[in-house]
Amino acid sequence: MSFTPPKEVYNGKVYTVTISKGAKAVTFGGENVLPFHSFEGEFVNKPVIAYEIQDIAPSEWPEQLRQVYAAVGDDTVKWAKYVQDELKAEAIALRLQGTHPDSGNRSADDAAKTVKAVLDNIDVPLIILGSNNVEKDAEVLVKVSEVAKDNPCIIGKAQEDNYKTIAAAAMANKHKLIAMSELDINLSKQLNIMLTQMGFDKEKIIIDPMCSALGYGIEYTYTVMERIRLAALMQNDTTMQQPIVGDVGMYVWKIKEVQASEDILPHWGALTPRGIAWEAQTACALTMAGAGLLIMRHPEAVKAVNAFLDEMM
Amino acid sequence: MALTGVQIFKLLPKTNCKKCGFPTCLAFSMQLAQRKVSVEKCPDISEDAKKQLGEASAPPIRPIKLGSGDSAVSMGEETVLFRHDKKFVNPCVLSVAIKDTEDEAAIAKKIDDVLHSEIDRVGQHLKVDAITIMNESNDAGRFEGLAKVVAAKAPAVPVIVCSENVDSAKAAIAHFKGKGSLLYGATASNMEAMAALAKDAGASLGIKANGLDELSDLTEKAKGFGVEDLVMDSGARKGKEIIEHNTYIRRAAIKKGNKSVGYPVINFVMRDNEYLETMLAGLGISKYSSIVVLSSVDKWKNLVMFTFRQNIYTDPQVPMQVQQNVYEIGTPTQDSPLIVTTNFSLTYFIVAGEIENSKVPTWLAIMDCEGLSVLTAWAAGKFTAGKIANFIKESGVESKIGKKELIIPGYVAILSGALEEKLEGWKIIVGPREANQIPAYLKSL
Repeated sequence: MSFTPPKEVYNGKVYTVTISKGAKAVTFGGENVLPFHSFEGEFVNKPVIAYEIQDIAPSEWPEQLRQVYAAVGDDTVKWAKYVQDELKAEAIALRLQGTHPDSGNRSADDAAKTVKAVLDNIDVPLIILGSNNVEKDAEVLVKVSEVAKDNPCIIGKAQEDNYKTIAAAAMANKHKLIAMSELDINLSKQLNIMLTQMGFDKEKIIIDPMCSALGYGIEYTYTVMERIRLAALMQNDTTMQQPIVGDVGMYVWKIKEVQASEDILPHWGALTPRGIAWEAQTACALTMAGAGLLIMRHPEAVKAVNAFLDEMM
Repeated sequence: MALTGVQIFKLLPKTNCKKCGFPTCLAFSMQLAQRKVSVEKCPDISEDAKKQLGEASAPPIRPIKLGSGDSAVSMGEETVLFRHDKKFVNPCVLSVAIKDTEDEAAIAKKIDDVLHSEIDRVGQHLKVDAITIMNESNDAGRFEGLAKVVAAKAPAVPVIVCSENVDSAKAAIAHFKGKGSLLYGATASNMEAMAALAKDAGASLGIKANGLDELSDLTEKAKGFGVEDLVMDSGARKGKEIIEHNTYIRRAAIKKGNKSVGYPVINFVMRDNEYLETMLAGLGISKYSSIVVLSSVDKWKNLVMFTFRQNIYTDPQVPMQVQQNVYEIGTPTQDSPLIVTTNFSLTYFIVAGEIENSKVPTWLAIMDCEGLSVLTAWAAGKFTAGKIANFIKESGVESKIGKKELIIPGYVAILSGALEEKLEGWKIIVGPREANQIPAYLKSL
């Protein structure tokens, strides 16, 4: 008796997003099947990993992660060049953490200068992230959109309370936009609709349904992503067909499991591989749920995820 | 394929005799369709109808136990492809492979790793569930030697005996008779002998196929030899094949009612790269493996796998809860602040994580609100001034702190007045609305 593979019939497709131009441009999305289901359709673009860097020294990052960037962490441009040239980053995500009122409150003009300096020194695609302060981001991201107008980037994150300003700036300066909502497929859909209603091109949005770390609610992120992908592919819901980003590093590198030493918690095992595997597993889980773009911090975790993706593609 | 209530109704006597405890045959058939009652409750149903119903009501993926006694684990019984549809039922079994070519010390260490693998997380005891012994040498004597060591040192741990060599299999499985083991390695060429060994040892039988076509052939063949408790290996080894085969198998069993692949799946994911192996275990956990076989089980790796398995197998309709308690974050003293919130696990994790971030040692009072988040619990009347006051009084936290000050979530600022009335002598402080504002807030105290 032969086995008849029950292939699924899909009705929709995820938009293909390319960032930057030229030889170093990266492309993600574009699939017309569930993640890694190349056996029944097209899943050709391997998820892209962007290395996260910051505009201030990463003093809040755990020791083992800070060490990796000890020589470059206090100089954003050096840091950017290091991840591009030494770590062979496909893309860089610059988080303007220093603009947060609690982390130095750098001005929008200062942030714009940093962005300009980074852009002048790298040739891989750039994702520019605010500090996740709704008011400040509206101010900062408008300024940085302008200085980056000759280099199409991804700007983020636009949220319900600030999307108008940020989306307008991204639109005027030809950037793509991360639209973030909090762990709810309906909120995510609603934000996409509001963005397109103001004239933002729906094919230039990247969905961030909010990340969570392994052990700290990843099942919520996983399921919201999975449902967004099912809506896009099975129901052909055109408001949910954007690629999804997993902002992994910042959710992982603050929890106890990546910081508590083996001396304190012997049954948790060695800290270094634990932290790396924690970030890698969080990222891999999200690729299985539908993420096409990952923002990560530890080079070894990035390597592990790439090894996984190579086996899956 | 499962029958609908109406299809079942047609098979019932339609007498509305009420002997089953339901008012009508239709009501009974609806309950049957949802598998809430047994067909045995109907005294008048014909044998033929019972048989039809029995076949139809069998779960699409056969339930199979691995091991015996308290450490036995259940597999199969899954009913969905996506966890938002319904809870994934039986968590993927994690098993470490021990080859009969490994030296004594390596073998002893692995057994020890399994025996000491238990970790508590959010009230659940998580551990490496099983040991897989592999006949790498293809030598029966050597394999039996390994079987003896495992049976002696880890008598309670469920065992998977892996060999395609019938002599080896026979020698090893003899040490696990009646222990609910899995005898893996049944192929087209040794099926009859392996089926007999499995039956004799009270073991389930692991099919090793080369592709999905052969797999469904071999399960039918095994059934022909009288073995019904099967576990399947399609032969997939690379991640790309594992997701393809596991997805097709799960879909065929659940959506098409294909009984020939309605059994738990075993995947071998051993890799030299430990991180990659961990990630592939993650693939098995999310994508339909019932057993994942690993090359090693280091503690850090276990914590990652256990946590991921726990996360994926939680019931999406029932919020995960944390036990009501006053938790110490950092090493709080009597001068440390006291924060109260609800026992929704996500609330707990996020708040605890942000407190840790702040590096300000804090007493975190987690109140049982049936796993609801702050606003929902407040709206549902479970996080009210009266209940919070009782909880704080009964928690005994008062003896641990110097000044009677309680920080409440900003979203329930409205409760502060009533709480001050109910908690006499206490000062109620309204904290931030969002957890991410906690570090700045705590540092400012």
